[in-house]
This record gives sequence, structure tokens and C-alpha cells, in this order.
Amino acid sequence: MTSFPMANTGAPVRTRFGLRQYAICMAGIVWREGLRFLHQRERFISALVRPLVWLFIFAAGFRQVLGVSIIPPYQTYILYEVYITPGLIAMIQLFNGMQSSLSMVYDREMGNMRTLLVSPMPRWFLLSSKLVAGTAVSLLQVYAYLIIAYFWEIEPPTLWGYLTVLPALILVGLMLGSFGLLLSSLIKQLENFAGVMNFVIFPMFFASSALYPLWRVQESSPWLYHVCLANPFTHAVELIRFAFYQQLNLQALAIVLGCGIVFMAGAILAYNPAIGLSLRRSA
Amino acid sequence: MTLAAQARDSQVDPDPAVPALSIEDVTHSYRERRALDHVSFDVRRGAFAVLLGLNGAGKTTLFSLVTRLYAAQHGSIFVLGFNVAREPAQALSRLGVVFQARTLDLDLSVMQNLLYHASLHGIGGREAGELAEDTLGRTQMRDRAHDKARVLSGGQMRRIEIARALLHRPSLLLLDEPTVGLDVNARKSILRYVRDLVAQENIGVLWTTHLIDEVEDGDDLIILHRGRVLAKGPAGDLVASAGAANVGGAFERIIATEQSELEA
Repeated sequence: MTSFPMANTGAPVRTRFGLRQYAICMAGIVWREGLRFLHQRERFISALVRPLVWLFIFAAGFRQVLGVSIIPPYQTYILYEVYITPGLIAMIQLFNGMQSSLSMVYDREMGNMRTLLVSPMPRWFLLSSKLVAGTAVSLLQVYAYLIIAYFWEIEPPTLWGYLTVLPALILVGLMLGSFGLLLSSLIKQLENFAGVMNFVIFPMFFASSALYPLWRVQESSPWLYHVCLANPFTHAVELIRFAFYQQLNLQALAIVLGCGIVFMAGAILAYNPAIGLSLRRSA
Repeated sequence: MTLAAQARDSQVDPDPAVPALSIEDVTHSYRERRALDHVSFDVRRGAFAVLLGLNGAGKTTLFSLVTRLYAAQHGSIFVLGFNVAREPAQALSRLGVVFQARTLDLDLSVMQNLLYHASLHGIGGREAGELAEDTLGRTQMRDRAHDKARVLSGGQMRRIEIARALLHRPSLLLLDEPTVGLDVNARKSILRYVRDLVAQENIGVLWTTHLIDEVEDGDDLIILHRGRVLAKGPAGDLVASAGAANVGGAFERIIATEQSELEA
């Protein structure tokens, strides 16, 4: 058998990383996530079917029941389908963030996660790259949904809306992905993910402005209104809603940014070998 | 100060006398349960070292500490003289790891798995492709490069995992019970393959196992039991000093002696 060239025989061991090495690493993680997404066609289809069911069935059914008055950013009466589209977009990103979380738990159980964590790159960078990868996948899903919605006459006032919504989608994707990362660090086993669905995803989605405007919630239940206001998902929806109409909701932007930073910091701390992972194993 | 500690601040590959792996007084507990108790040993460069212990001995915990999945609560770990806790980039870039659980991404092809690993070490483009091709050629797996990982046999997956661990050209290879779940022929093949690597490449190998028949007389043997190192040294010497006929006999006597001392 011929020999492997080894580090101590002059081979290029990387011990100091420049921008190029960081870029290669992040590109590799995004590439792998993209490949996994393409190979899991059912994941793509279910990511599309879920919001489309809401759009075509739920919204069509409730269009006559749930009236929407003129509220910013809308300048005229709109169809209910138009109103819930930003909520459904955020839902796609919420599920994708949780799907990433699921894949982290799965990876950890199956050992794939370890191959990531033994990389010599800083752990914060590895987790950030994972986050960027998840967000990139969520963008593919969102734009696929928007293309279908376009044929249902759900579109921004001008085509620029498709572009102006992009930064909002990136921010929301990063924020929800960070939240998923944080959750994945707290889940010990894959089976516990069902609990996440019941106790995190559904409450986040329903206690928000995704399906109904907050003034309606306030009329029927003041305390629920305050819960919705405290829910970062509400602000994610509003950020997307305004951006789709080429407007900036500063309050929503600040909350999405702030929550994203807090969630990411929590995830990095939780995946710190000296703090998070070790303590969890001890529990 | 140990050789490992002396080399700590060096930015070049350290003196050949620096061990590939140095475990210094490592203790780790999960709440009240002590998994590792003042564990110390070295793995020389170019040596095949076997960490032998029953299930629950602390092998996987030690493995997790060396690979920085957890941080050691007490003591230090050096890879080629680089402290894993303080200089993780230097330490981990010199480390190749084969985990007990299968860690290939089954949805990706063999080549894609290798390229992904290369990217995690900052190696990309043509260089990554050449290293992957080279690695596949040397493991006689080039014809499987574009097969999905899930269609490989258990033994083939292990070979690819070993090839992947060597792709970035480490100086220390860690294998955590790599033959678990393999049939007898695949076990022998993997073991021989790694032994050949040691002989030809001056690479340090730490092979953890609970299978006594994987130890040969010329190996460096570390016996870990209930989180403590009970014996370490060349396997042949340990067999002789225990007055046993083989490694299995020596292992049983050393464990029994420890047990009786605890009961006394």
C-alpha cells in the first residue's frame, strides 16, 4: 500500500485561518445543507404544501368571516388571502428553522453533528454557518411559494416588493434559525421534538398577527393581545408585511434584530463545550 | 514541565519527541458520578495505542474530551503539544477522528462527504478535489466515489470514515470502537489497514475498544477501568508483569487485583 502524506511530512495542515478558509468552510456547510434539501424532495414539497393549504383552503373559507379593515401598510381593503400571506411566509421560515433544529438533534444523535463540532474552526462560526445555510434554504422555499401565490393574484404593489422583502426574509430566517439552534441545544432526544411542535411552533404561530390583525385580537382578548405583542414571531410577520409593500417597520426590525442576537448568543453558549453540552450530559 | 507543555506556544509542528497525544491528570464527572479519575497517559507518534476497557470504563467520555465535545473539568489534554482547551484550532487541525456511531451523511455521495469534510478544515476547490481523489485511490474506493454513502457496506463505510479522518493529513488518529457492528472479516481488515498506516506514516493512533483480541503484543496498551488507568505500557510487558499467558489473562488479573483492593 502506498503512503498517505502526513502533516509532519510537509503536508498543508491548516492551523491559522484566513478569510478564504472561513469562506470555504461556510460555503461547504451551505452546500451540504442545500444538497440535503434537494435530496429530500418530500421536505420541499411539504414546506410548500403547508402554506398553500392555508392559502387555498383556510383563507378561502374564512375570507367572508374575517374582515380586514384598512391598516398599515395597506392603503385599501384587501382580500384575506393577501393579509395572511406574510404570516404564511413567516410560517415557512418558522418551520424551516425548526426543521434545522430537528436536523441538529438528529445529527447529534446520529453522530454527524460531531463531525461538524470537531472542525478546527471556531464553534461560533460553525453555528453561524449552519444558520446561514438554513436561512438560504428557507429563502428557496419562500420564493417558490411566492411564485405560486403570484398566480393566485397575491403580489406586491410593484415587482420591487419581491426584492425589498429579501432583507426582511434574511433577518427573519436568521432570527427563527437562531431560535431553532437554541432549542436544538436544549432537546436531548429526537422524540422530544413533538413537544416543541405543541409548545413552541403552534403557540408562536397562532398567538401572532399571522392570521388576524392585532386590533381584532385586542377586541376579543386584551391579555392575548399583549401575548401577541410579546411574541417575536408577530414582529417577524410585520417586518415581512411592510417590506413586501416596500416599507420599513422600525419597531419590528429592532425586535427581530434584538431577538436574533439574543437567541444566537444563547445557542453559542449552549454549544460551548465547557458550559452547555457538558452540563446537559450531566443532567 | 512536560514536553507537551513546552511545545505549547510553538506555531510550527513540534519536536518529534512531543507525543501525538498527551492526557495529563484529567478528571471529569457527570454530577456526582466520576467518569474519569486523574487519567494520564501519552500516545507516541508512530505508535498504535489501544485504550482497552469494559463498557462504562470512561472511554467515550475521554474521547469526547479529546475532541472538545466537552471541556475537561480538571487536567489538560495536548495534541502534538497544543492544548485542546486553549488552542483548539491548532489541536483539532492535527486530529483525525472516527466516531463509534456512523457519521457519514447517507444522503450524500462518498466524494461529497469527503469534500464537505475538507471544507470544514478550510480546504476547498481543486486542492480538496485532489486530496479526496488521492484518499479514495489509496483506500481502493475510487470506484465508489459517486455512490451514495447509504449503499456501502459497514466495512466500506468505516474505510471511508478513516479515509475522511486522514484527508486533512492529521498526525493523530482517534478511533472510538471502530469495529463495533462489523463482521469478523471486516474487523480484521479495518484493524490491519490502520496498523499499516501506523507502520508507514509515523502517525499516532489511539484505538479504543473493549475487544481484547484487537490488542497485539507490540501495541501500547492503556487499561481503563471505572474511569481510572489501571495499567499502561507495551502490551507484552503488561502481560509479563501480570504473570499471564496473554492480554486477556493480564486484563482479567489487573481488573481482579483492583477489585480486591477496593473490597479490602
